[in-house]
Amino acid sequence: MHDAGKVIPGIIAFVLFVTVPFWTNFGKAAPKPQPELPKEYKKCVESKEFMRREHMKLLRKWRFDVVRNNMRVYINSEGRLINMSLQNECMRCHTSKKKFCDVCHDYVAAHPYCWNCHIPPEEKKGWATKEVKSLTEEASSKQPASHH
Amino acid sequence: MVIDTRVCKKHEPCEECIKACHHVHNVPLIPNKKHEIKWIWKEEFEHAFPDTAHEYLDEYLHEREFIVLCNHCEHPPCVRVCPTQATFKREDGIVMMDMHRCIGCRFCMAACPYGSRSFNWEDPRPYIKNPNPRYPTRMKGVVEKCTFCTERLAEGKLPACVEACKHGAIMVGDLADPHSEINKVLREHFTLRRKVHLGTGPSVFYII
Repeated sequence: MHDAGKVIPGIIAFVLFVTVPFWTNFGKAAPKPQPELPKEYKKCVESKEFMRREHMKLLRKWRFDVVRNNMRVYINSEGRLINMSLQNECMRCHTSKKKFCDVCHDYVAAHPYCWNCHIPPEEKKGWATKEVKSLTEEASSKQPASHH
Repeated sequence: MVIDTRVCKKHEPCEECIKACHHVHNVPLIPNKKHEIKWIWKEEFEHAFPDTAHEYLDEYLHEREFIVLCNHCEHPPCVRVCPTQATFKREDGIVMMDMHRCIGCRFCMAACPYGSRSFNWEDPRPYIKNPNPRYPTRMKGVVEKCTFCTERLAEGKLPACVEACKHGAIMVGDLADPHSEINKVLREHFTLRRKVHLGTGPSVFYII
């Protein structure tokens, strides 16, 4: 091989450079996510294991039942009746999206778009940043209707 | 739904129904007319009833403003055109929207002859002053409209506009039940509907 003295160290340097993230994080495991559980409530909709594994499917079913079938009450495996609502029921106990939902979702880089529309309990910042005249002022400033 | 516009006329410029609806549903107040979102609003006679208006009409009608909203049509054109079935008609006749499915194609806006639908050209949250934490907002890129307060009906409450009207100008009921109060009102009063000739079968009636 021509220029083996340059090519082989070059390849080694390249491989080392590309794998830098592996070496810098070697032996350090990212900490296991610890979502904060509500203190005053012990029982979720279903068992902890079920919720951990199936919460996304459950929420999807709820959304379908509520919006499309107008069924708003879920009967869990114990026969308890639960109002199917992420914003009003889940978040009644889990009072923080940041300390509960986001902890695991960030860890696994999942980005569900629930909160694009649903309002998390703690969030109001960045709202109503654009000042607008009240509805009445707006209506009175409107031009009078043209008469024929 | 029956709206007694004579009562509205007496109490102008009342807009309690609009305020209540837009508050409970987190409808943003966007000053740019091209981006505005509305579920229920006021319209002049010739805009609300263009096929009924003519130049010899009483001035009295021209001066009045009419409360307009989604007509929850019997044959809703928006439902026919929606490619994802995000808009659908429930068994009870309410034309409902599934925001999770809306892809923002705006076919429904083109199809609706009443202009009842609004598109979110931008994130509505910066324009919501006093949000209702029990109801979601919408996001940029979806269409929205009046849902006849399905979430309130499910709790046994009246729609927000009906409840907010102190003068009893708005009334809701079951049109399919011949003995319902609303059918009685419709029998006793002459009512108009918007653009009936289009065959959409609007379910909002106006006592003039």
